[in-house]
Amino acid sequence: MTNQDNRNHKATVDGGSDEKNFPNTKGKILKTMTGAGILWECLEREGVRVVFGYPGGAILPAYDALKHSKIHHVLVRHEQGATHMADGYARASGEVGVAIATSGPGATNMVTGIATAMLDSIPIVCITGQVGSKLIGSDAFQETDITGVTLPITKHNYLVTHASEVARTVREAFYVARSGRPGPVLIDITKDAQQSTCEFDWEAARPQLPGYRPDLSPAPAEYAEALELIHNSKRPVILAGHGIIVSGAMREVRDFAERAGIPVALTLLGLGAFPASHPLNLGMMGMHGEAWVNHTIQEADLLLAFGMRFDDRVTGNLKTYAPNAKKIHIEIDPAEINKNVKVDVPLVGDLREVLLELMPKVESIDRSEWLDSIDRLKGDSAVRDIQNLPDSGHLYAAHVINDLWRQTRDGKTIVVTDVGQHQMWEAQYYKHEHPRSLITSGGLGTMGFALPAAIGAKVACPDSEVWVIVGDGGFQMTMCELATLVQENLKIHIAIINNGFLGMVRQWQEFFYDRNYAATPLLNPDFAKLAEAYGIRSMTISERSEVVPAVQSAREYDGPVLINFKVEQEDTVYPMVAAGAALHDMIRRPSPIVETAEDE
Amino acid sequence: MLNTFMVYVENKPGVLTRVASLFRRRAFNIDSLTVGRTEKPEVSRMTITVDADFDQARRIEANLYKLVNVLLVENITNQPAIVRDLAMIRVAASHEARSHVLELANVFRARVVDVAPESLTIEITGAEEKIDGLLELLRPYGVLEMVRTGIVAMRRGSKSSGPAPVKETTMHSEVNDNVSYSV
Repeated sequence: MTNQDNRNHKATVDGGSDEKNFPNTKGKILKTMTGAGILWECLEREGVRVVFGYPGGAILPAYDALKHSKIHHVLVRHEQGATHMADGYARASGEVGVAIATSGPGATNMVTGIATAMLDSIPIVCITGQVGSKLIGSDAFQETDITGVTLPITKHNYLVTHASEVARTVREAFYVARSGRPGPVLIDITKDAQQSTCEFDWEAARPQLPGYRPDLSPAPAEYAEALELIHNSKRPVILAGHGIIVSGAMREVRDFAERAGIPVALTLLGLGAFPASHPLNLGMMGMHGEAWVNHTIQEADLLLAFGMRFDDRVTGNLKTYAPNAKKIHIEIDPAEINKNVKVDVPLVGDLREVLLELMPKVESIDRSEWLDSIDRLKGDSAVRDIQNLPDSGHLYAAHVINDLWRQTRDGKTIVVTDVGQHQMWEAQYYKHEHPRSLITSGGLGTMGFALPAAIGAKVACPDSEVWVIVGDGGFQMTMCELATLVQENLKIHIAIINNGFLGMVRQWQEFFYDRNYAATPLLNPDFAKLAEAYGIRSMTISERSEVVPAVQSAREYDGPVLINFKVEQEDTVYPMVAAGAALHDMIRRPSPIVETAEDE
Repeated sequence: MLNTFMVYVENKPGVLTRVASLFRRRAFNIDSLTVGRTEKPEVSRMTITVDADFDQARRIEANLYKLVNVLLVENITNQPAIVRDLAMIRVAASHEARSHVLELANVFRARVVDVAPESLTIEITGAEEKIDGLLELLRPYGVLEMVRTGIVAMRRGSKSSGPAPVKETTMHSEVNDNVSYSV
């Protein structure tokens, strides 16, 4: 970068080179760089090691300048994949994921991934090329108003039309993406902004966000009110959400729960935030939560919502939700307070900081009576030891997932799921002990998320074992990324839970549409052959006894493996709270199939 | 009930779209929205009236603050404030009606800003109710065209609002923040 021989070269789109060195007013030597060069330089300074992207006309200057950067570029097969990979990278590592694409269709293909990250508060920065600034508004080739398109699905977005704006914009984008309640930020950079040059001054390009206040904290009086509620409560429950993981408050939540003797129910995105094996862990709440968890919430006299947002999938009908409970809501986003559920004490701030403030004043209270009553609620339905069942000759998704958990539970495993029945079975049958060990699209429920998100997770955590659990429907939405996986030489295991149906939709049709299976049966390709076409080792499993050997064999193999598990076609996720029904009003399994004991 | 917000935003392209998009996205119903410059070139100011109950108003405020370009939000619904709307009303004014219309305009302290053979155009500034009142009285003569700006609002008293309050160095020391004069 200090190559003096380059001094005579004209400023070109080469980006990283420092053709002209001259002192600025403060005597600092500033480099003249292209916007493209500044972009990569700033990404490196923000700690970016890898980006996921797809080139095209309007972003070509940036791709050309990539050769000067240490950043590794992962070539995806569809821009949606790039955003999910950045998302998976962020969820696995806690750092900001970066996706890059060209203008027009490249940018619009990112929309689903951006919306996915928005609803789950995932910090990603998406960079898109844009037509030259003089062409904006002319319906030029591959021109889309992507800042307009993504306005409601980004935390913030930028249109950059001058090289001189690149540095500050990148710094602001990363700051906004990762601070407060995280979220996606999009930077749209015109082609001429990438090509033109300016002096690069990192120091001077500090974020200028006078209106942005990510750091809020509750008033002392609110702490006092919360403590009073906690100390007066006989039947409290902690509702543990994704915010615990985002805030890094796993230890504080555990200390708090243990000290106050309060049981912990988890949201889908909260799984892993509190160890599954902990005696105070109840399990997942909500639409497909465990029956005793939902009953516990309905009977509670105090809900302590930790970094969760009372999504309709966890509350059921709001009118009948936890009718006798006071509510304390610890949440970083003030706009979530009283949005769905009216709360008695809001504590707006970073969860970890709030808990650290609260902790010394929390009295240790014996709540064994309450805990015993929850144990009685569990009854026999808590027993899910499906391994002790005699082999009925049918392979159920629960078998596969439970076996997979038994095989991988001791390791450093990240499970990445898609959306649908298999996702709910994973949440029920795979016991997560550590944060960031489950990566799944919760809020948006994006089918096609799993495979690309797993690639992102594996790139972020190369030492972790990464398993994709995906349905046959969702897999086919983004299976083109198998090529990305192979090109990057990533050892990822893919378990397709293949039931020949869009299973969750079929389940709704079974319950609510008189078994009219409209457009849910799938004619699938031979997934094993498909994997072979990509050079990926594959297996097809339809017997229960073959599951464990297949998982073992995949783990031992030095490369990616795809296992096509052909499972029972018309299996159903129980229990289920129908949309709009009360949380305690669950559809239960009519006769035990995989549980050893009868449900209520 | 109608809530009135004063919203200070960064004077940057696209900020109006962000605010408007937020109201659409969250299904908050805007009654009126005005935007213009302030005493600081880098700050624009919006006056937004929205039909919302107490909880909704809190959520609107919280959601506005989530916009990175929003500097300050003040709900002045229940505070002493000067609220002004401006309307231009073109009224049919034939020979016989003309003097009646002019009289009405005078009573309302409105100004005639354009005169044509068969019509008058009246400019009126004031609270919305005052303009509504004039409008009702003019209707029988035939309102040919009308345009209103939507309201702008300012807190009463000498205490300035805004993201970074103006230093009161030029003010007399005995000035009381709570004193104000309706004129």
